[in-house]
Amino acid sequence: MSSEVIAPVVVIAEGPAAAPNALRVWAWLWPKLAAIILAIAAWQIVVWSGWKPDYVLPGPLPVFQRLGQDMGHGDFYVGAATTLRRALAGYAIAVVVGSSLGVLVARIRVLREAVGAAVLGFQSMPSIAWFPLAILLFQQSEEAILFVVILGAAPAVASGLLGGVDHVQPQLIRVGRAMGARGFSLYRHVILPAALPGFVSGLKQGWAFAWRSLMAGELIVIVAHQPSLGQQLQFARDLADAQQMLALMLVIFVIGVLIDGVFGAADKAIRRRWGLLL
Amino acid sequence: MVTTTGVRTAVSVSHVTKSFPHGGQQLIALKDVSLEVARGEFVCVVGASGCGKSTLLNILAGLDRPTAGDVRIEGRVALMFQEAALLPWLTASGNVELALELRGMNRSDRKAAAHELLARLHLQGFEKRMPHELSGGMKQRVALARALAQDADTLLMDEPFASLDAITRDLLHDELVRLWENTPLTVVFVTHNPREAVRLGDRVVVFTSRPGRVAHELHIDLPRPRHLDSPEIAVIASRITDRLKEEMRASVI
Repeated sequence: MSSEVIAPVVVIAEGPAAAPNALRVWAWLWPKLAAIILAIAAWQIVVWSGWKPDYVLPGPLPVFQRLGQDMGHGDFYVGAATTLRRALAGYAIAVVVGSSLGVLVARIRVLREAVGAAVLGFQSMPSIAWFPLAILLFQQSEEAILFVVILGAAPAVASGLLGGVDHVQPQLIRVGRAMGARGFSLYRHVILPAALPGFVSGLKQGWAFAWRSLMAGELIVIVAHQPSLGQQLQFARDLADAQQMLALMLVIFVIGVLIDGVFGAADKAIRRRWGLLL
Repeated sequence: MVTTTGVRTAVSVSHVTKSFPHGGQQLIALKDVSLEVARGEFVCVVGASGCGKSTLLNILAGLDRPTAGDVRIEGRVALMFQEAALLPWLTASGNVELALELRGMNRSDRKAAAHELLARLHLQGFEKRMPHELSGGMKQRVALARALAQDADTLLMDEPFASLDAITRDLLHDELVRLWENTPLTVVFVTHNPREAVRLGDRVVVFTSRPGRVAHELHIDLPRPRHLDSPEIAVIASRITDRLKEEMRASVI
């Protein structure tokens, strides 16, 4: 008799939405398609206006044709693979360095006072400003590029983690301590999971910084026999090959958007599970 | 052991004072508080907000230390708050399982134990729900299950039902008393609501504000089950309310 009347529980989108699945995909897709079509149309209009000669600013059609052609060659894939390998290696190291730094700074008060602000300061430093130093230290080498990628991304990862740890509700920490979690176990069971949404935002931002730093690096630091995307872009400019240049820019744009999309989805999934998003 | 007549104390607070530094001066939250709670007793602490009730519970739970005085607690304590404070990334069952894990229970036994505790609080079928999918009353039930999972001898409750609607609160009162009657649990229940205190407690301890001190105590000899709306409870509660008002006027002037 004493059992509580069970309140209706929120059920997240299951009912009538199942049948018109295609409709939902379409609802998600069409604004993006429309934006792409609009952007290409605007590009075409600028070209038609005759503002610049078409060997400087070619239209969408020749660029897409050129992209198709380039994608038929092995060089393109070798370049893309080089760039992605650097991105992944640099980013992976940045995540390890940034997370370790974040945990240390969060845990040790003195360190926090000392470098907490510096971490944020590093983040506002344009990564391209590191290149002269990187080249002095590592010459024109892959290490120079990775150095800057790591410096660009690690502070964002660290500050994401720090922000997450800072915003853990004090009540959850009280609860954890009341249950007997102390020190490392409090971190493992309460603080780190509570900080995860902030950490994932940091990872996402870190990726954006890593990708930008990498592109800047590949334009500036030319490593022999490694035709990366950035290097191909620079060569296209040197040879005044505007079609190839724009085709490569499209590729760089698409890779950035795709990976950002993966982070966005992960971010959303975590926020939903944490109840921060319905 | 079973036939102890409540002489053995579960909680003993003697001459506890707690002050916090506040803007250059010391803010006295508790002043010379003494309180004994017998094993298996249900004690309610009533006072206006800001009377140091929560500070006292924090000290009892070991989350804070008294500035002066002595606190002795027999066995383990569990703490429950006004907000359920469930970990939002764990299911209802996961929250209870974590308490079991931190108490050292084997991985293989945890799930069944958690489900059993949730069932005792009428939450069967809700084990896999996330906290944000539960109503306020259900969240507090999970929080109560989690507190019980700590296998404590003393349960400290800090206004645990204050943010619930009246009917849900009344149902949870019934269940808390039922759980308490069937276990050797000692309960220290803090509230600002005199009726709730009289409805639940064997004894009510009235606190004054600023600084928090024990003003007086009364034994509630009403038989159980009790009802929140019964005239006997209303009479005693109104006496406590009058007393609290008096104290508050005195402390404001």
